[in-house]
Amino acid sequence: MSDVRPSNVKRAWQFFLPLAIFFALVWFLYQGLFLNPREVPSALIDKPAPQFSLPVLHDPATKFSGSELKGQVWLLNVWGSWCASCRYEHPFLNDLAKQQVLPIIGFNWKDDPAAAKGWLAKYGDPYRLSVSDLDGRVAIDWGVYGAPETFVIDKAGKVRHKHTGPIDAKVLNDTLLPLILSLKKLP
Amino acid sequence: MMRSQWSATEMKNTNRDGHFQMFLLEKSRPIWRFDSLRLFLTMPFCVPGCAAPGRAALTRARRSISGALLLGLILAGLTMPVLAQVQTPAADLPSPALAQRLKKLESELRCLVCQNQTLAESPAGLAGDLRREVRTLIEQGKSDDEIKTYLQARYGDFVLYRPPVDRKTFLLWFGPFVLLAGGALLLWWMARRRKQAIGLPDTRDANATAQARNLLNDE
Repeated sequence: MSDVRPSNVKRAWQFFLPLAIFFALVWFLYQGLFLNPREVPSALIDKPAPQFSLPVLHDPATKFSGSELKGQVWLLNVWGSWCASCRYEHPFLNDLAKQQVLPIIGFNWKDDPAAAKGWLAKYGDPYRLSVSDLDGRVAIDWGVYGAPETFVIDKAGKVRHKHTGPIDAKVLNDTLLPLILSLKKLP
Repeated sequence: MMRSQWSATEMKNTNRDGHFQMFLLEKSRPIWRFDSLRLFLTMPFCVPGCAAPGRAALTRARRSISGALLLGLILAGLTMPVLAQVQTPAADLPSPALAQRLKKLESELRCLVCQNQTLAESPAGLAGDLRREVRTLIEQGKSDDEIKTYLQARYGDFVLYRPPVDRKTFLLWFGPFVLLAGGALLLWWMARRRKQAIGLPDTRDANATAQARNLLNDE
């Protein structure tokens, strides 16, 4: 009896160990399906928002700086009239603006101002104002590498969240709005 | 509520735009949980001038669903290196040493858009902006480390083609060697066990070796 048992245990071990390794591998590969290789985590989270002073799209003589919104929670949305995915997220931004939850600042990235203004006239303007970054110099400070991108900035002027890619109802309801509301409650 | 934003006219507009038809397609046939895969396929980011999956590639992809698509992708992959020849604005730098430094730095920094390319190789608009930025910093007399730190503060570790060795990347750097050593150890252990199991004489045993030699000599 006693000499049969260890061999059974051993056989079971030999059967289940490779199986366990196989399933572990499957689990990792399965997880990999839902990772977005294009999503690069922002290096700016919980750091002060980069300073900038850029001309306002509809009034290029006036400059706007992010520090003017200190004391408020606000969104910075990177967009361009050349960007198709911005077109996708635009209705959701319009909707958010209608609810007057927080000021949304548009960051018109490497765009032709005339085309940008036409685009806003056609699809609606959810922004309190848009700034134009014609040569993309300021975008580098923000770590922008594509459009659309959206930053949440808190009352102290720190970047609290970055969403890369288009915003939709799911992103708004599951991520952005809960974060914005909790940030607004903070002193 | 949010969905109601898609009015009939908007649908028409988006249909004219090749990019968007794909999104609408997804809307009518939702693929559950494959969000990131879907976003990846439809390219959520728009960057002017990037040779990576752009609008043309998507249009091509939509037109041919069968084997032609695969062939097209392979061909696109083959022609990529040709497309990726980029002009570097190093020529008019004051000294050849600075131009050399610029070239070296560009080959050590990653283009965030066409992610498997360095700044030097990438034809994307953003890579051009970053090359210009690196050049400006060199002209301001910043050291290589300062320039890398500058970009790292903005784009994170990802911008460095050679990731730094720290707690987070320890497994990445040394994992393969640990696996190799583990495999070698396992192989050695199994070979030893097998040898014991089939009862081969141990060659380190002087008596056994002599005995074997005798047997061979007898014949």
